[in-house]
Amino acid sequence: MNNADIAWMLVSTALVLLMTPALAFFYGGLVRSKNALNTMMMSFVALGPVAVVWALLGYSLAFAPGNPVIGSLAFAGLRGVGLEARGAIPHLLFTCFQGTFAIITPALISGAVVERMRFNTYLVFIALWVLVVYAPVAHWVWGGGFLASMGALDFAGGAVVHVNAASAALVAALVVGPRKDYGRHAILPHNVPFVMLGAGLLWFGWFGFNAGSALSAGTTASLAFANTLLAPAATLTTWTLIDLLRGGRVTAVGAATAIVVGLVVVTPAAGYISPASALAMGAIGAFPSYFALIYRAKTKLDDSLDVVAAHGLGGATGAILTGVFAEAAWSGGANGLIGGNPGQVLTQIASVMIVLAYSGGMTFALLKVLAIVMPLRLGDRHEGLGLDVTDHGEEAYTHGDGAILVKPKESSMALSAVDAVAVHGGGRL
Amino acid sequence: MKLIVAIVRPEKLSDVLEALFHADVRGLTISRVQGHGGEIEHVENYRGTSVKMALAEKVRIEIGVSNHFVQPTIDIILSAARTGEVGDGKIMVLPIEKIYRIRTGESDQDAVTPVVAET
Repeated sequence: MNNADIAWMLVSTALVLLMTPALAFFYGGLVRSKNALNTMMMSFVALGPVAVVWALLGYSLAFAPGNPVIGSLAFAGLRGVGLEARGAIPHLLFTCFQGTFAIITPALISGAVVERMRFNTYLVFIALWVLVVYAPVAHWVWGGGFLASMGALDFAGGAVVHVNAASAALVAALVVGPRKDYGRHAILPHNVPFVMLGAGLLWFGWFGFNAGSALSAGTTASLAFANTLLAPAATLTTWTLIDLLRGGRVTAVGAATAIVVGLVVVTPAAGYISPASALAMGAIGAFPSYFALIYRAKTKLDDSLDVVAAHGLGGATGAILTGVFAEAAWSGGANGLIGGNPGQVLTQIASVMIVLAYSGGMTFALLKVLAIVMPLRLGDRHEGLGLDVTDHGEEAYTHGDGAILVKPKESSMALSAVDAVAVHGGGRL
Repeated sequence: MKLIVAIVRPEKLSDVLEALFHADVRGLTISRVQGHGGEIEHVENYRGTSVKMALAEKVRIEIGVSNHFVQPTIDIILSAARTGEVGDGKIMVLPIEKIYRIRTGESDQDAVTPVVAET
């Protein structure tokens, strides 16, 4: 172990952690103001329970030595995880780095069920999902599982994170059902600057996600870093050109979306492809997501924040193109189609299909079982009022007008002339 | 001529507007207001502070209408804005002394006849 590698991985871990609050802003800006806090909390809260579940059990299921399908309980409760080397860095740091991936993946799913899924049920869902879906899939690719033995290439989680989350998102959107206003009323983003702030912070954090996935501070990290800069730039450029060529205007929400799509596309390929290929991949990757977004809005599928179009199609495109563009000259081993190994494309397609099927099936089962013990959503009345008030008892943009202070002893909360009530006139709480 | 003032739930506004436009009631003004109409106050918590929110978000719609539009407009709002729960709002019908259309100087009946802008 050397301190350069450790230093870079410490920074990377913090960068990836920042992506979850960034996602909260990205998603939070896209919903109506009455659901702003609920939507942001759906991402934010993953930082708590998902991280704890990961430390107690998830990490062990994913990364402890086991069979090709699942790890073991050897590292349960972080037993045996110390400062000894795992690759180039301390084992504990590796655990934390992987933990930040486990945190953001279930948070990504929330985009498909915002503005109607009951928050308490969502909490239980993501805590269980990370164990039954994320941990095994991470094991298959990175923990010595069967996808790795098959030769599937997934540098930083195109299949493990993005296809996985998007498949779950598709199923969750179908099982939870559409918002009551979906397809009847215009549902518009309430804060586009939040969306752009989120996209910017996601890009920043993604340098840790991709370049950190080299698990050391070396040439591979540098390559992944460069590709993480170039691919989204190409996607954004292409997205802008499609906007213009279709006779439209270049939109801010579109630009923010393009950046995320470009990042998703390059994720599985970051450390395997040349910078020129990254530009090509970013540009190609814009098309499926761009047109899927337009198409999806015309369907009955209320994947509210387009997790499937952005992460599903972006992730699948990226994973398959990794099989095209991987070159031994850059990756130091793995070759794709242009490196003379056309079979890699099929391996990549197979890995995407396997993750898609497993994640979709298990998510369906998990939600159906949860629905027996707790409601997946509240009624139309709650949805009309907004989930900030109904599920959290808070508002994002309250002015405090007409807010009556509840004194600790006034459990009955009766109002009378002698009640000591303070009406906060315009003061923010 | 009457001035119809309606206070409705914000989440019902799209339904109301859609129904009004459908019936050719096209001249109206809305404002975001807060009010209290007997609905249950929800309690919010911010750190250690618990507050009862006595004012609920509402939308106030003002429509100047000619006589034969009064009842249809009222009926539309009654059905489009109703959920059946306390807090659905009110409709008030007020007499108007004069109405002027600023663009043309037309007054009264002529001033509230719907027009469609030519593009």
